[in-house]
Amino acid sequence: MSTTTSPATPASAPETPAAPRSNQIMKEILGGSAAISVLAVVLALIAGGILVILTDERVAETSGYFFSRPSDTLGAAWQAVSGAYTALFRGSIFNYETDRGFAIAIRPLLETLTFATPLIAAGLGVALAFRVGLFNIGGRGQMLIAAAAAGYVGAYVPLPPVIHLVVALIVGIIGGALWGGIVGLLKARTGAHEVIVTIMLNYIAFYLVSFLLRTPGALQAPGQNNPKSGPMLESAQYPSLLGPQYNLDIGFILVIVATIYVWYLLNRSAMGFQFRAVGENPHAAQVAGINVKSVYVKVMLIAGALVGLAGVQQVLGNFTGGFAAGLDAGIGFDAITVALLGRSKPWGVFFAGILFGALKAGSFTMQSAEGIPVDIVLVVQSFIVLFIAAPPLVRAIFRLPTPDGSFQWRKPVIARKAEVSK
Amino acid sequence: MTAAPATTASAATTPGGASPIVVRSWKAPIAFAIFTVIAILLFFIVGRPDLDGGNPTTIYRLSEARDAIQLPPLTLGLAETTIVVVILMVAATIGAFLLARAAVRVPLWLTTIFAVLFLVGFLTWAAAGATVPMIGLLAGALTVSTPLIFGSLGGVISERVGVVNIAIEGQLLGGAFMAAMLGTLTGSPYVGLLGAMVAGALVSFVLAAFAIKYFVDQVIVGVVLNVLVLGLTSFLYSTVMVPNAETFNSPEKFERIAIPLLSEIPVLGPILFRQTVIVYLMYLAIFLVWFGLFKTRWGLRLRSVGEHPTAADTVGINVRATRFWNVLLAGAIVGGGGAFFTLAAVGSFGKDMTNGAGFIALAAVIFGRWDPIRATLAALLFGFATNLQSTLSIVGSPVPSEFMLMLPYVVTIVAVAGFVGVSRPPAASGKPYMKA
Repeated sequence: MSTTTSPATPASAPETPAAPRSNQIMKEILGGSAAISVLAVVLALIAGGILVILTDERVAETSGYFFSRPSDTLGAAWQAVSGAYTALFRGSIFNYETDRGFAIAIRPLLETLTFATPLIAAGLGVALAFRVGLFNIGGRGQMLIAAAAAGYVGAYVPLPPVIHLVVALIVGIIGGALWGGIVGLLKARTGAHEVIVTIMLNYIAFYLVSFLLRTPGALQAPGQNNPKSGPMLESAQYPSLLGPQYNLDIGFILVIVATIYVWYLLNRSAMGFQFRAVGENPHAAQVAGINVKSVYVKVMLIAGALVGLAGVQQVLGNFTGGFAAGLDAGIGFDAITVALLGRSKPWGVFFAGILFGALKAGSFTMQSAEGIPVDIVLVVQSFIVLFIAAPPLVRAIFRLPTPDGSFQWRKPVIARKAEVSK
Repeated sequence: MTAAPATTASAATTPGGASPIVVRSWKAPIAFAIFTVIAILLFFIVGRPDLDGGNPTTIYRLSEARDAIQLPPLTLGLAETTIVVVILMVAATIGAFLLARAAVRVPLWLTTIFAVLFLVGFLTWAAAGATVPMIGLLAGALTVSTPLIFGSLGGVISERVGVVNIAIEGQLLGGAFMAAMLGTLTGSPYVGLLGAMVAGALVSFVLAAFAIKYFVDQVIVGVVLNVLVLGLTSFLYSTVMVPNAETFNSPEKFERIAIPLLSEIPVLGPILFRQTVIVYLMYLAIFLVWFGLFKTRWGLRLRSVGEHPTAADTVGINVRATRFWNVLLAGAIVGGGGAFFTLAAVGSFGKDMTNGAGFIALAAVIFGRWDPIRATLAALLFGFATNLQSTLSIVGSPVPSEFMLMLPYVVTIVAVAGFVGVSRPPAASGKPYMKA
């Protein structure tokens, strides 16, 4: 068996047997405490609030005479922020303003779960690759390919009920798995850096699916000029879970199953042990007899399949009337933030997905009720990840002590000396 | 299991330099063969069945109406051109195989000639029966390439100093936004350009702060910064720019300036010297970055920090400060390229208007093997492919435009997979330096 670093591509990994830097980063992110996560979310919401205040028109008006009557400005600022975040709550958890009964008032929470469904699936795909030390930025491409495959079966291949849904689902997942598998294969065989490959494959998938969507006989709806697929056949659509007044469908059950599967895979299976070993230190894993290259291929196949599940969710669950090339709706990138917030642990990803689902669901109410653009979700999300990725920064802001065993910003002198002498 | 003896940390200091072992690489000849087969398939098997009868010709127009010196248009017949091109491509492929068998690396000039041959054949085939305005095609390609070149120059500097810059997209977008905003507020595109550079440097500042001070993984920060800048600019665009487009989002554009004499050179003049100030700045930037990186003390220090920070530190270079300031410089260059979108191309800011240009620039950095001149050429190639696609869609070509747009990304994957030479990034790129 050859070494992990093939001679043709010294670019892929350093030739040191110490765990590569990316693996250490994973460890730090995994090792962070839940408190940091919570504080990161709080900080990000504060930053979002500041942005809302800065762009609020009433705040701008009243700040013109700030020094004569500061209470006006502060009042306006408070109104802007509280208005924004209560709208977020109404849109994502419980709409206390409605008088049409509990069934309607609770709808936002189910909307949150609907938004969370593809986020969790894609987040699991990114997180699983993370655990092996791979960056799967290719969520968008894997989703698109999976969606195109599932969408083709769902819209144009009539099959009996149940079987149709299952076949479409499986075909879609295989599509995502193959698109992810290319990355693993290139990484294993040539050492090509997965970040670059996944970014490039995103665009290739986008143009490929765009082409298929405007080609009659491929994905384009017959007799149409728009680059859009035909509607999914009734038999291929995800059945709804709680009745037609809610959008939540069986896909949510599927992601719960997927979460349990990833948990089982990582914590209880032999393959998962290999995954984690490679994630800790590929060189050590190699020495221990684990075929690192085959692990790269396997993990990217499974990660692509999980992200593919999110793509299938989009076409068979959310856009059943036909889909266009923008069907991924940024989920491929959101998945990275979900995986980081969830610390790449299956159930962490699950709840992080629900949190971001809530932000998404609530953002639409924020836009309609308070006129705050939905883009603020992107800002809050990226702040959350920045804070989570830099625990020392959060600790510095809240003056928290540095926990033992986790990453230390300022190392004790002796430890530093030891590092030098190595 | 050869990995076992390498457990000492000293192995980490061995850079992946040239090895004395002779390796026969069949990748280049195989790539040549694949492209030759594609050419044969396209030219002779697929052909142009949509064009009926005879031997259709492709007319290349080499002058514009306003040029002082008029060149006659070049007319190439489809049949003879493709036959000559394919024969030469087959010869080049055989040559490449012979070179590989003799364990000689296929030289760059052969690859270049091969690529040009393929392009000529392809263009003649795709545009058969139509007229190709060469000046418009190439000048447009340069225009499309401008932000890509700025982006790739910034990327080269940043990676050469040891910080992976995935945030090129964010720097371009931030630059475009700030250029529109300041350009409109002050009424001067030059202030807008300056603002764009500041915006790019600001994005870089966050990248540098998190990567160098907090040791956060540079790829994570880069990816997140792209999302952050997209979110921030889209948010501000919706809340500030859309309601008051007149005051915030209608910058004065840079005028095209024709340089006297130079712009009258046939073919090259109209392409290179009838451009906006940003493009002329780009020429300067390409030269300065190349000269600075390879001919000055600044460049030597920069590269040493990116290749071997510990050694650089030993001889008294402040690794962190070098990285910090150069990443900021890289951001400023990329940001200036972002101004191109709002001050030269479109004339106003739009949501996500860079639309992946930053990632193409990143591709150019890798395809150009972290060298400013090669990266510029790669960016030009990608810009050419993009512009060729829009030209061909006007002429009416048999190739779906999506496949032309896909080209830069496919080429990059081929490059990182090592099919065209070995792509080796600066040794310490992406690794934070923890001073002992």
